[in-house]
Amino acid sequence: MSRSGSHSHRVRWWCLIVAVVAVWVQQVEGVWPLPQQLHQSADRDCLSPQRFSFTYGRDSAAQTGCSVLDAAFKRYFSIIFPDFTTLSENVLQYMWSEPQPFVVSVSVKTRGCDGYPDEDSDESYTLSVSEGQAVLRSVSVWGALRGLESLSQLVYQDDYGTYFINKTEIVDFPRFAFRGLLLDTSRHYLPLYAILKTLDAMAYSKLNVFHWHIVDDPSFPYQSRTFPDLSNKGAFHPFTHIYTQSDVIRVIEHARMRGIRVVPEFDSPGHTQSWGKGQPGLLTPCYKGSVPSGSFGPVDPTVDTTYKFMASLLKEVKFVFPDSYVHLGGDEVSFACWQSNPNVRKFMEKMGFGKDFTKLESFYMESIMNMTAALNKTSIVWQDVFDYHERPRSKYVVEVWKQGCYLCKMRRVTKAGLKVILAAPFYLDLPIPTHSWARYYNVRPLAFRGTDEQKKLVIGGEVAMWGEYVDATNLSPRLWPRACAAAERLWSNEEKTLNADLAFPRLKEFRCELLRRGIQAEPLFVGHCRHEYDGL
Amino acid sequence: GRILIPYSTFNFYKEYLFGFETLVFQVHGVWPLPQQLHQSADRGCLSPQRFSFTYGRDSAAQTGCSVLDAAFKRYFSIIFPDFTKGSENRLQYVWSEPQPFVVSVSVKTGGCDGYPDEDSDESYNLSVSEGQAVLRSVTVWGALRGLESFSQLVYQDDYGSYFINKTEIVDFPRFAFRGLLLDTSRHYLPLHAILKTLDAMAYSKFNVFHWHIVDDPSFPYQSRTFPDLSNKGAFHPFTHIYTQSDVMRVIEHARMRGIRVVPEFDSPGHTQSWGKGQPGLLTPCYKGGVPSGSFGPVDPTIDTTYKFMESLLKEVKFVFPDSYVHLGGDEVSFACWQSNPNVRKFMEKMGFGKDFTKLESFYMESIMNMTAALNRTSIVWQDVFDYHERIPQDTVLEIWKGEKYQAELSRMTQAGHRVLLSAPWYINHISYGQDWRNSYAVQPQNFSGTEEQKKLVIGGEVAMWGEYVDATNLTPRLWPRACAAAERLWSNEEKTLNADLAFPRLEEFRCELLRRGIQAEPLFVGHCKHEYDGL
Repeated sequence: MSRSGSHSHRVRWWCLIVAVVAVWVQQVEGVWPLPQQLHQSADRDCLSPQRFSFTYGRDSAAQTGCSVLDAAFKRYFSIIFPDFTTLSENVLQYMWSEPQPFVVSVSVKTRGCDGYPDEDSDESYTLSVSEGQAVLRSVSVWGALRGLESLSQLVYQDDYGTYFINKTEIVDFPRFAFRGLLLDTSRHYLPLYAILKTLDAMAYSKLNVFHWHIVDDPSFPYQSRTFPDLSNKGAFHPFTHIYTQSDVIRVIEHARMRGIRVVPEFDSPGHTQSWGKGQPGLLTPCYKGSVPSGSFGPVDPTVDTTYKFMASLLKEVKFVFPDSYVHLGGDEVSFACWQSNPNVRKFMEKMGFGKDFTKLESFYMESIMNMTAALNKTSIVWQDVFDYHERPRSKYVVEVWKQGCYLCKMRRVTKAGLKVILAAPFYLDLPIPTHSWARYYNVRPLAFRGTDEQKKLVIGGEVAMWGEYVDATNLSPRLWPRACAAAERLWSNEEKTLNADLAFPRLKEFRCELLRRGIQAEPLFVGHCRHEYDGL
Repeated sequence: GRILIPYSTFNFYKEYLFGFETLVFQVHGVWPLPQQLHQSADRGCLSPQRFSFTYGRDSAAQTGCSVLDAAFKRYFSIIFPDFTKGSENRLQYVWSEPQPFVVSVSVKTGGCDGYPDEDSDESYNLSVSEGQAVLRSVTVWGALRGLESFSQLVYQDDYGSYFINKTEIVDFPRFAFRGLLLDTSRHYLPLHAILKTLDAMAYSKFNVFHWHIVDDPSFPYQSRTFPDLSNKGAFHPFTHIYTQSDVMRVIEHARMRGIRVVPEFDSPGHTQSWGKGQPGLLTPCYKGGVPSGSFGPVDPTIDTTYKFMESLLKEVKFVFPDSYVHLGGDEVSFACWQSNPNVRKFMEKMGFGKDFTKLESFYMESIMNMTAALNRTSIVWQDVFDYHERIPQDTVLEIWKGEKYQAELSRMTQAGHRVLLSAPWYINHISYGQDWRNSYAVQPQNFSGTEEQKKLVIGGEVAMWGEYVDATNLTPRLWPRACAAAERLWSNEEKTLNADLAFPRLEEFRCELLRRGIQAEPLFVGHCKHEYDGL
């Protein structure tokens, strides 16, 4: 954080009284993730909840009635003044002096209050905090949301409970457009509340894509309107461990209000054991010798019914999830079962695939990617799909997840002209001690040899929280504040955020702020927060 | 985008996927496993309306016994968690008149107002038959263990009916000391988090709360004798402290669950926070010929130190009823002592040469003697023994260093000391996957030594150090991982050697912990009927 000396050092008299009592001056360490440009002066202003207000600028395309911003004003008022409702009117600071008004004026260029954020959303904003006012300007409402978040992090309280904000100028925009977080609701069911809470915390770190790995081998909690048996038979429990259509709508709306996209993943042809329970005939019967063994493998890519089923399912997905991206999975397909099945072998022969089952998988994935394209959606797939077939016939987005030289892979994918999302170094569920948040912080997504065009194809990255050992009991402390490290890497200027040691006090403060906002974020190291998690 | 599942866990995974439709509505057992447990398929239906606890006629304790009256109330809600929510005319009550079920509890000795101690008899017998259960024990503490086992025998079917199978249990602990350490100095733990941990301890039959209450980073204990210790040494003098009434609440909450509270006042190292409120206590470090402004361990060369420690230990005796006090004595850095000319002079005078371990031993011996004079048993970390093998015989030694703890067990017991094993149970260290299996595989008496030596292993302790732990992640990091050590310390080792066999029982116990409001993390892929609600 740099301080500008160009501002006047006049302190308003009614702050002075407090400042004299509190000898050691407090100030926020900054904003997380770090804005592209931030200038703060030592001049500060007192804020009083009674005289504080949000308003729309005169020239703003959005005005009262804008669902996204009206709700954000309400939300951020409580975030900025968490103890407002518990405060009595005649606490110390209001007896000494008449509080001054402070107005946050928000202006956006374009409307779109009822739309959804997408890959092209402009999230830039400028924020100027001066005496008695803050002016927030952005192109879209999504940018305004980012600016309100930054504003909320600029406000701090001294030991006497008085709120302050310093004179500040911010010019800000994200480095990457895609800043995702994956939750796995198949290996363990996550109650709706845990998902909504995660969306809240994502917004605090300016993460903007919720990648919902909604189904997988262990369970199928998504209640499909077209195929209700999928969750009836494939969920851990058909009533208590499912996401109804209204649950899904609530997640999408909660996310929208925070400028977060919801990208669902229906991973196939592998990772589909739970699908088979409610959709007989979908999975490949495995054989032992010349007879079916009774167990099943990946989706059967040799029969028409499979593609009819997938077309219907994807149509429903398009209908339910507004985002233009759909994640189709395509990872970790075991070929043993396909190999054992005589019909599959016959099909391979007919198609001229020889013994190369990667061709069979590519054939399947291409089919469903074509379906997806026909529905006007962009496919994301795990890197396996690219690995098997490096000369793509269509455009899709590749997500790099395999540990090892992920930068080599980024280079190859972008060389092939495909967009790429980096997840490999951000697997937060993997065996890394808590305190090594710096490991995520030190990731450099563009540090591979390639042209500028190639670098531009890196659309972002994603934090992954797989569910083998994670459910609602440990989700929040395992995610936060470690995911914040990745969030800053994906939002901020890398040159200004190379040093984890410099970031540490700011992250520590941000973690305390998360606690105060009710996010069960674990500690970074020995120490304390003024408002501890109450252990309830 | 998934990593490959390690083979060992994959088996469970398969078993799980393909086995869960054949679920039988019977509990897998009790955690930790009782010494003897016989169950039949015969089961009785329990109805909360007709269920009661009562004292046996021959019981030394009767209504008015604080510990058991409170336990009856507590366990009623644990056994019938939805009782208050259930309406009177639910399905199962329409079909038939519910039968009464009486749990009759008899204890041989009174002692309802006392505290559990190292000699407390925790054995009990439990016999469940048609319409009744008979629980017999020597002490009220044994009765608490029996009630816990009983509560784990009750289960619900999918229609909400409660059942219990005919069961015979004969049970007693393998080790008398089954501890859990919380560190309230590196992070402050709100009172509620401590009380909740005590609840969960009782569910796993842990019986000692080792309260590592102060250390370098902060001094949250509000001392009546030296209030400046927390005024100046706590993270915050009002919000981040334990008042005397907080401490009393912890002790009473623990007593009600048959749990001892052993406080640790670790010195001479690990005392940076003490120095803030007690000037002159710590050794001033020198740089060149002048004090550097920083401080080292407690200064063992001056009288005021020993006067202070004596007053503090007197207060500790007064506040904490347990007969054990943990005096620490670990990880003392000698660099500061070495830099200080007064300390060097003292070393010379005492004839210690350049051997600072002798200086530490001198200090520890002094405070161990003080402790003995107060009629308390000292526990110290292994360092004290490592430096000086001839220390007072009745001192209990705690092993915490990871490598070669078996050899250490041998040496300590050979020297005739009682020993606590903590080294393999530092569960603040986390790794990916099912690391409870490592805790489970520990064999505390598997070292070379005589039968007499083996008996000197009085138990063990799970440690949850606080560098990276506070109330946000304490519970999911402790539970169910600590349960593995709990079973190792309570149950017959021969019957609990196989972690694969224990897995389904532990999985079920973890779901039960969730249901009881303990935020216990999952062991692997799967679900519980009652998930943690994420609140």
